[in-house]
Amino acid sequence: MSYTAHFRVWRGDSNKGELVDYNVEVNEGEVVLDVIHRLQQTQTGDLAVRWNCKAGKCGSCGAEINGRPRLMCMTRMSIFDKSEALTVTPMRTFPVIRDLVTDVEFNYQKAREIPAFAPPAGVAPGEYRMEQVDVERSQEFRKCIECYLCQNVCHVVRDHEENKPAFAGPRFLMRIAELDMHPLDAADRKRAAQEEHGLGYCNITKCCTEVCPEHIKITDNALIPLKERVVDRKYDPLVWLGSKIFKRTPANA
Amino acid sequence: MSEIERHSYDVVVIGAGGAGLRAAIEARARGKRTAIISKSLLGKAHTVMAEGGCAASMGNVNSNDNWMVHFRDTMRGGKFFNNWRMAELHAKEAPDRVWELETYGALFDRTKDGKISQRNFGGHTYPRLAHVGDRTGLELIRTLQQKIVSLQQEDFKATGDYESNIKVFHECTITDLLKTDGVISGAFGYWRGTGGFILFEAPAVVLATGGIGKLFKTTTNSWEYTGDGHALALRAGATLINMEFIQFHPTAMVWPPSVKGILVTESVRGDGGVLTNSEGKRFMFDYIPDVFKEQYATTAEESDRWYTDPDNNRRPPELLPRDEVARAINSEVKAGRGSPHGGVFLDVSSRMPAEVILKKLPSMYHQFKVLADVDITKEPMQVGPTCHYVMGGVEVEPDTASSNISGLFAAGEVAGGMHGSNRLGGNSLSDLLVFGRRAGLGAANYVDGLGARPAVNEADARAAETRALLPFKNEGGENAYTVHLELQQTMNDLVGIIRKGEEIELALKKLEDLAIRTRQVVVEGHREFNPGWHLALDLRNMLLVSMCVAKAALERVESRGGHTRDDYPVMDSDWRHVLLVLSARGEDDVRLRRQEQVPMRPDLLDLFELDELKKYYTGEELGGHRAGTAGESDTA
Ligand SMILES: Cc1cc2nc3c(=O)[nH]c(=O)nc-3n(C[C@H](O)[C@H](O)[C@H](O)COP(=O)(O)OP(=O)(O)OC[C@H]3O[C@@H](n4cnc5c(N)ncnc54)[C@H](O)[C@@H]3O)c2cc1C
Ligand code: SF4
Ligand code: SF4
Ligand code: FES
Repeated sequence: MSYTAHFRVWRGDSNKGELVDYNVEVNEGEVVLDVIHRLQQTQTGDLAVRWNCKAGKCGSCGAEINGRPRLMCMTRMSIFDKSEALTVTPMRTFPVIRDLVTDVEFNYQKAREIPAFAPPAGVAPGEYRMEQVDVERSQEFRKCIECYLCQNVCHVVRDHEENKPAFAGPRFLMRIAELDMHPLDAADRKRAAQEEHGLGYCNITKCCTEVCPEHIKITDNALIPLKERVVDRKYDPLVWLGSKIFKRTPANA
Repeated sequence: MSEIERHSYDVVVIGAGGAGLRAAIEARARGKRTAIISKSLLGKAHTVMAEGGCAASMGNVNSNDNWMVHFRDTMRGGKFFNNWRMAELHAKEAPDRVWELETYGALFDRTKDGKISQRNFGGHTYPRLAHVGDRTGLELIRTLQQKIVSLQQEDFKATGDYESNIKVFHECTITDLLKTDGVISGAFGYWRGTGGFILFEAPAVVLATGGIGKLFKTTTNSWEYTGDGHALALRAGATLINMEFIQFHPTAMVWPPSVKGILVTESVRGDGGVLTNSEGKRFMFDYIPDVFKEQYATTAEESDRWYTDPDNNRRPPELLPRDEVARAINSEVKAGRGSPHGGVFLDVSSRMPAEVILKKLPSMYHQFKVLADVDITKEPMQVGPTCHYVMGGVEVEPDTASSNISGLFAAGEVAGGMHGSNRLGGNSLSDLLVFGRRAGLGAANYVDGLGARPAVNEADARAAETRALLPFKNEGGENAYTVHLELQQTMNDLVGIIRKGEEIELALKKLEDLAIRTRQVVVEGHREFNPGWHLALDLRNMLLVSMCVAKAALERVESRGGHTRDDYPVMDSDWRHVLLVLSARGEDDVRLRRQEQVPMRPDLLDLFELDELKKYYTGEELGGHRAGTAGESDTA
């Protein structure tokens, strides 16, 4: 059954912008992204939006729908009241490029700052042996499609530009947890998680977990365990002693 | 005229899917300053969507597997039309490429003894696909992305700059390749965000731009797959082969309309899902072609036994190569035995417990639940064929991935030959790794062997700029969306899954008209992230590539793999050794010529039984086979 929906879409660039009203046709089974595409095709050819897979697999189409961060391609129109206006705005934490497209470079920078997987010494390619139960913990985090909805919603950076340099955000703190739980990773990551990537800023509000379209338990399975391990390590007397005696400056670390 | 941003690199890789990233890793490892360019953000390329797995004969699940079995399966799947040297390299090198990913941090699903687990897929004799649930492509692209990060971290330690040796230019589209004195000298494009132009000076360019799905209306492919690499190669003077062969994946969602074409992974069948028609019949038993009679089960009982005892039973016909399954579904629907929404039924709910489905096919469960309101643990899915993959692409030299233009390389879906007339599932991800690496290596070696670097001609860059801005200058034309929709409808209806001579001729006439309209397309608005403008530029590529598909499809008067002619329904051995080669003629026309395939090396031919080869080859071609030679000496 088709009907006409009232959409309010944020249009503009980094300087200025406003909500613009559109009346647009909606058909049975459609998702928000379909309707945005119909606007593009029939009313406003230059409406900027990111998308790729249209199946919740690439993480391109994040936006805020009636204020809630969602993937536009996985948000069915049928969940909304037909008579009410639907507001679509870009993710708030990142600077707008144009319309619904934001500059997500922050995330690529953070990704680059997390030290990469450290392969175990002396294990040749093809010789890696890991149990399924052991890889599953990290595999949960590797389901991440990098939609950055969690990065967008986390209050540490949402309206706090000043925290951005010191805080990697849930997605990349989870990356640290993932490597830390990797059965064969050879690096120790706990001190850096706390001191360089801002784990301490997280006060486990779980907002990130709530918006994750992959239903990854970011807070419970990644952030809290990582915090616990950081604490364990800090108060392990031997490690504590070691870190006092052999304390090195970052420059020669 | 505005100032054009300029960069200089040793190797420029166009495309950030599996092939492009692997090529870049190799080029950088060989000491080359490398740029990676992609239309969408890093990590969003098509590769991320691959579900089922990556084929490599590691033999972790069935130790009988080896490169020779994989090679044979690949050649059979492609109806012996494959470039055999590519198929050989692919089968031999795929295991090393997969193992290497583990050293980059990949976490594949495991076997009981801790090795990489492997799953069954259509056309593969043994469980062969390394996988992670049904999100293998995500694992692959993220792993390669993270490897690039690790190389950048090494460079940062050495130089203080992450991007000193390898830099990603994303949301940047290349519109022209530049040549100087007949060899590659650079590439020209625009930033999608600002609309500003950008020029890369580089002696070597690797094309890794993926496919052409957006030529068709129903497709698993996203907006990016507009055949840019195919068209860039043509315009640079390179040749394309096998463009008539397009894979229609048998199982995509058919309802609701807005998700029509979204893929339902083959793992659903590999793990036990069955196809039935409206009469409840498992119809695939009626569609086992003669050439596959020996390998496929003829009863439901034998099929079911195969899952637990594959050595003593033949495989279910649901796992026939994709072209066979797609045609079968098409016939069932045409015969009026389709499902309510015009597909057939694919069922796992009656085949395995809900927990197993959730574990093995989590993203399929999620996809159907959210997009179609269907719970696949309780009811069957409705599925039908959709355009999925192009076997055709840039004609390359197998070992180096070089095209016939010096300095231009191609790997991944944009390259042609490897898969012959039909690709086996799982053979693309492995192809990306094997030939991505080879292309990076080929490009690095080429740069090493080069004397002076070719300089870009200023006039060529200016011409590219003028061409890109044309849609803003045009007056009175249509918008790009309208022309695109008509192009897609034309290709879907007239050069689709089942083809007829007169329909293809009609398509070619329409394409001529569309070519004129494409040139006149107008764009409204500004240059910043303007999708209307982007589509207008992509349209030019889609048109040229559509012509290649249509011309080759008209010329080949037989049916083979991803090319089915209703008016020539049989596979013809006299066509097996004929390649159709396309090159550009002017702005938007193409020229076609026939070329003989290189005969297969005798030691590879000997990997097959003569009886099987006879189904594909003409008598004269088989003189060199071990059995043939032995036979001759017997009678002599
Ligand atoms: C839904 C789906 C599921 C699949 N499942 C499987 C599977 O299970 N197993 C398997 O083996 N295969 C599978 N395939 C096929 C496989 O995923 C693709 O063939 C493969 O990923 C293509 O990789 P690529 O590196 O060649 O290019 P892609 O990953 O397609 O990347 C192309 C890149 O080129 C860039 N690009 C294109 N044009 C330009 C331009 N003009 N300028 C700059 N950049 C450009 C794009 O931005 C992109 O980064 C699947 C495909 C789909 C669609
Ligand atoms: S749990 Fe931590 S990371 Fe997640 S939103 Fe809350 S503060 Fe941010
Ligand atoms: S963790 Fe979830 S919300 Fe965050 S980027 Fe990944 S998929 Fe998106
Ligand atoms: S378009 Fe890929 S997640 Fe929405």
